[in-house]
Amino acid sequence: MAEVRLTRAIDFSTSLRYWNPALSPAENQRLFGAKASQHGHNYRLEVTLRGEPDARTGMVMDLKDLQAILDREIMARFDHRDLNRDTPYFEKEPPTPENLVQVIRRLLVAALPPGWLDHLRLQEDPDTWVEWIEPAEERGR
Amino acid sequence: MIALTRRYHFPAAHVLASPRLSAEENSRTYGKCANPAGHGHDYALEVTVAGPVDARSGRILPRERLDALVGERVLARFGHRMLNEDPAFRERVPTAENICAVIHDELAGPIGGAGARLVRVRLEETRRNAFSLGELR
Repeated sequence: MAEVRLTRAIDFSTSLRYWNPALSPAENQRLFGAKASQHGHNYRLEVTLRGEPDARTGMVMDLKDLQAILDREIMARFDHRDLNRDTPYFEKEPPTPENLVQVIRRLLVAALPPGWLDHLRLQEDPDTWVEWIEPAEERGR
Repeated sequence: MIALTRRYHFPAAHVLASPRLSAEENSRTYGKCANPAGHGHDYALEVTVAGPVDARSGRILPRERLDALVGERVLARFGHRMLNEDPAFRERVPTAENICAVIHDELAGPIGGAGARLVRVRLEETRRNAFSLGELR
């Protein structure tokens, strides 16, 4: 059967400030403006997998299993946490959505069967989101 | 590939009628959208850019830069305006397809100049119809 895409969404709320520890406070202020101050977002993450449905179950992946991975890898690490202080990922770079989506990609690639992760959409607020899209030339690797 | 999308809003008026067609032909082609007095929409515009993430700022493009570009080149030009009076629509009917194309042409150069790449423009004319130009993949 042809490959099918499956998308599951989760919501998590975190606090953060855009802050590059390699820069001075004045440089951070200049670079990030209001976002250099402590604030928070209700993030929505949409995770899309791609695969062939299992011949017996008719599913690409049991949503319960996918949700368990998302709970362990994403919710437990980020929900009601502070991205700068409670996670180890932003000691050298600011927690912009561009950087956060790449952290999430690494965590999910390591937790999912090889080649299954297809697309991530991380929404920071109603008017701003980032996406990671698998480059066509890397598909199937 | 990492892509960033920002969503904007602008209200504008237009008449769907071609200067090359008769009033009767326009009416037949565009229906009530050809009303010479005009009508309007709350357009929602999504602009998607891609490119390398800058190590210092962690961003593809500073939001303020993108917002300023879209603000100057699109929102100030088309928001609260009669689209048919814009030079871009003297020869072209301001259908949402054509508005998408004009916005794409207007933004591609400056976004390229700012170090990113315009990958998609998506325009919602009403909550029931949307148009887009460019592919994410």
